[in-house]
Amino acid sequence: MSDDVGTPTPLVEVEGIGKHYGAIRALEGVSLRVNAGEITCVLGDNGAGKSTLIKIMSGLHQHTEGVLRVDGEETTFSSPREALDRGIATVYQDLAVVPLMEVWRNFFLGSEVRKGFGPIKVLDSGLMRRTAREELAKMGIELADIDQPVGELSGGQRQCVAIARAVYFGARVLILDEPTAALGVKQSGVVLKYTAMARDAGLGVVFITHNPHHAHLVGDHFIVLKRGRTNLDANRSEITLEQLTQEMAGGDELDTLAHELRR
Amino acid sequence: MTTVRAEPAQPEQGTNTRRPLWRRVFVRPETGSLVGAVAVFVFFFAVATPFRQLDSFATVLYSAAVLGIMAVAVGLLMIGGEFDLSAGVAVTTSAITAAILSYQLTLNVWVGVFFALVVSLAVGFFNGYVVIKTGIPSFLVTLGTFLMLQGANLAVTRLVTGTVSTQRISDMDGYASLEAIFASEWTVGGVRIRVLVLWWLLFVAIATWVLLRTRVGNWIFAVGGNKDSARAVGVPVARVKIGLYMTVGFAAWFVGMHLLFSLHTVQAGEGVGNEFEYIIAAVIGGCLLTGGYGSAVGAGLGAFIFGMAKQGIVFAGWNPDWYWTFLGAMLLLATLMNMYVRRLAAKR
Repeated sequence: MSDDVGTPTPLVEVEGIGKHYGAIRALEGVSLRVNAGEITCVLGDNGAGKSTLIKIMSGLHQHTEGVLRVDGEETTFSSPREALDRGIATVYQDLAVVPLMEVWRNFFLGSEVRKGFGPIKVLDSGLMRRTAREELAKMGIELADIDQPVGELSGGQRQCVAIARAVYFGARVLILDEPTAALGVKQSGVVLKYTAMARDAGLGVVFITHNPHHAHLVGDHFIVLKRGRTNLDANRSEITLEQLTQEMAGGDELDTLAHELRR
Repeated sequence: MTTVRAEPAQPEQGTNTRRPLWRRVFVRPETGSLVGAVAVFVFFFAVATPFRQLDSFATVLYSAAVLGIMAVAVGLLMIGGEFDLSAGVAVTTSAITAAILSYQLTLNVWVGVFFALVVSLAVGFFNGYVVIKTGIPSFLVTLGTFLMLQGANLAVTRLVTGTVSTQRISDMDGYASLEAIFASEWTVGGVRIRVLVLWWLLFVAIATWVLLRTRVGNWIFAVGGNKDSARAVGVPVARVKIGLYMTVGFAAWFVGMHLLFSLHTVQAGEGVGNEFEYIIAAVIGGCLLTGGYGSAVGAGLGAFIFGMAKQGIVFAGWNPDWYWTFLGAMLLLATLMNMYVRRLAAKR
């Protein structure tokens, strides 16, 4: 889509970042830029270092080498709260919502709007219902009923509620941790659509996945990690889906496997 | 989300309004228990003649209130995802503390009652703190507390008084005013009205308001429904859970004081088994054993069903032993009913 050479300061940038736990190197020399209005896909097999990378960016872990910059300024996050305050929100696939609670209560959980005075404050449920409905509508999610428990929604819609919530509470950078991993084809499509909408709303999106097909549908930039190192770093214009799949699946290893499995 | 639920085809676009009133009423957790309460009422109204009198109804309400105040607190705790098996004997502990302290130290009874409150809240805090800090299931932690309190109730009472009941404190300073608060009653048009019933209704109202209209209520549902999600969005999980245990402690103190000021003495062995009545009342009222769902009104209705069964069986002239059988059947029926109602309402 666009070439990131000469673009303004990226929202988040990691350069030569690394993390080791004792003698074990989980991540080494990885660089990545997150620009506003772009989707950066991070691909990799299990254990490739994807989670370590996002944990550093979301403040759960601290890096041991390299540089993390937010708005061009060098930073180390000491907690997820700090990352949130700088506008970096992470949607973990299993930490998204409380299934038995209504959509609007989930949307505002932990940041409830209250009215009243003195010690007696009540939830402003009217405002929260309205706001949740409007914000979800902005993302193209039309719910029949905002009082529905979130658990009644489809897996894709649940992810979208979590994304819409992050956007509403001021996220500028959205880190999506395998949002399509547990979903069927149709629901994955829904999540990808809302990911693109977050991008169009001007957010910088980091999309973690091990599915090159999903990545290629929405990504502007691709990083493939392998054993903690960058195996591929390419813009959309420089790579085809086939190459990405090949790269992701382990390249030559896949050819060998195909050969072995052939009857 | 390791599994994706099979779900009915959902229209992506809807009317974007709240669901119709009948459906909103239907999905409320307490709907099943309301139907159950009406059924039980009609049943005893039909079979037991004395049950039809207004004064009998007042007795039923009183019976429900003794149980109901605890059931509401235990219901809140269960919505918050925890159990408290020590709730039954904690009531006795509170009453014994107030009685023995006041009598032995010849204090104004108000002082004894105040210390009983401190002890009850401390027991609640202990339960909550241990559950949070160790991660041991609350079932086990509070089972431990239950046994410790049960032993202490008997041992301390025997040590101090030489018997298993506390001395009468009804002639001591402050007794009269406290009796007015916890155990007064008056007769209006031939119907005995006990103040405890009013307290019970007030507590149900406050609990309902807190659950549905305040931020703390939102947090109670959240910590019971998915503690990790709640923590991730900034809900103080430990504080909410410990607070819920202390609420049970407060309720135990309140009921303990009622027993003390209506019976004048306390039997140290009392309270064992009551914890199950509280839990059952909450479950009949729609609280899920797994947490995150339920209502205070439901727990109140559950207690009301208990009250009707307890008195109705006596009014009908049956052997009171049947009470437990009746309750067991009620529990199963109510749980089935709740499940059925919820499924029906979820269908679209």
